[in-house]
Amino acid sequence: MSEKVLMKGNEAFAEAAIRSGCRYYFGYPITPQNEIPEYMSRELPKVGGSFVQAESELAAISMAYGGAVAGGRVFVSSSSPGIALMQEGFSFLCSTEIPLVILNVSRGGPGVGGIQPGQADYYQATRGGGNGDYHLIVFAPSSIQEAVDMMEMAFRVAEEYRNPVMILADGLIGQMMEPVVLPNPIPDAVREGILKAKPWALTGTKEGRPHNVVKSLYLKPEELENRIMEMDLKYQKAKEQLVRYETNRLEEAEVVLVAYGSTARIAEEAMELLAEEGIQAGLIRPISLWPFPYEAFDKIPEKVKAVISVELSRGQMMDDVKIGSKGRFPVGLSSRVGGILITPPEIAADVKKVLGVER
Amino acid sequence: MATHKLVIAGFGGQGVMLMGQMIAYAGMLEGKEVTWMPSYGPEMRGGTANCSVIVSDKKISSPIIVEATAVAAMNLPSLIKFEKILKPGGQLFMNTSLIKELPTRNDLEIYQIEANEIAVALRNDKVSNMVILGAIINKTGIVKQESIEKVMEKLFSGNKAKLLPLNKQALTAWEA
Repeated sequence: MSEKVLMKGNEAFAEAAIRSGCRYYFGYPITPQNEIPEYMSRELPKVGGSFVQAESELAAISMAYGGAVAGGRVFVSSSSPGIALMQEGFSFLCSTEIPLVILNVSRGGPGVGGIQPGQADYYQATRGGGNGDYHLIVFAPSSIQEAVDMMEMAFRVAEEYRNPVMILADGLIGQMMEPVVLPNPIPDAVREGILKAKPWALTGTKEGRPHNVVKSLYLKPEELENRIMEMDLKYQKAKEQLVRYETNRLEEAEVVLVAYGSTARIAEEAMELLAEEGIQAGLIRPISLWPFPYEAFDKIPEKVKAVISVELSRGQMMDDVKIGSKGRFPVGLSSRVGGILITPPEIAADVKKVLGVER
Repeated sequence: MATHKLVIAGFGGQGVMLMGQMIAYAGMLEGKEVTWMPSYGPEMRGGTANCSVIVSDKKISSPIIVEATAVAAMNLPSLIKFEKILKPGGQLFMNTSLIKELPTRNDLEIYQIEANEIAVALRNDKVSNMVILGAIINKTGIVKQESIEKVMEKLFSGNKAKLLPLNKQALTAWEA
């Protein structure tokens, strides 16, 4: 393991992607993730990789589709409105089962919105913004170390499941700096082995094998249904194997907060404030947003008075919190939107309001 | 050591981001937990800019500062904006070369630093941020002076090495 370095989240994402064997990046500038294309444009050529600034996000995702179809480890990044423009590509990549890692350093929406941190792309990420029966596999880091460790895992999962994986971050994780231990670069031999493990890739037959065909058009409904049911088997497996979450102080809790990404950190500080006032709050931090860790909610003790979704959106994750809670607890919302980060005292005040206490 | 929560604010070009990064870097070298969070947006030279730095012995949850232990205001808009987030008794560092007004609060520990004049006396007005940085570490103890000097040695290497003596000198140029 290398020593600790102080890195901005965006640069750490980019460096981790390169160390994970990514050699192809396609993107279009958008705040708050511009350090990523900047870093990639400077560093990828040094390791024999390619950086392309496309003319639009749709072009970028389409180029990435091409690179990934040819078997490369490909990475794209953007922020909310740019990710919206890539949705057509995501649907195609899922349909054709092509692995890709996507990073959304999200900001406030809808529309062009603003450029400050937001989490209002939760539905877009977990419910899909493109057409058809598909899912992105979605992970959300809450620290730069976790973001870095997640990157290599994201490539592996994308390849194992032959499905795009999205890392859903936000402007806070992208812009802040923290000490981080970077993973060692994967060895060249391993990187070269990755392509060999993709027999479906369009690498040219060299007249030695039948043509590989990658397509998403199926005019016969029976063929398309078969295709979708095959994909669905994969998604069912993902629900069993890819759920990731953390819990904190659930056992002694009288109220449980649910928060992901940078908001989970803010919620942790709110827990300290509440504890000072004699209110024991626990935390469920979903790390995989799709598949969502519904089973974590089975661990909530019966005595808990309420479960509160803390998010920088108007109750998008709260839908999943309700599904997980199965009606066992009242579900509340604590949120700020539009690029405003919620503060620990605001969360604490919302908790007290839901509990109906003035202590 | 308790947790230090420092906000440094000024206008773009004064080097407030760098000051914060140097403290975060120094804290990391000391084995502390650190976070650095910039304001970001349509900032530019002459616009307003600020960063939040937390240095602690404990794991840092939120990198956002709601109540600061110290604020460094490099210009008047920064003083107006950030004096209110200081905790009672908090430390306020003011660049009095540019701020002629006084803070409205009277429950603060105030350090008035004529940073630009001190820097000019060192024959380079660009190090005024290092003068304030020196005052911050001297009075808050957020990181050690040796640690900042180590950071400077890393920053000013190669063809920038000639800038090292001047910057080290600026660090101790202010006397309370």
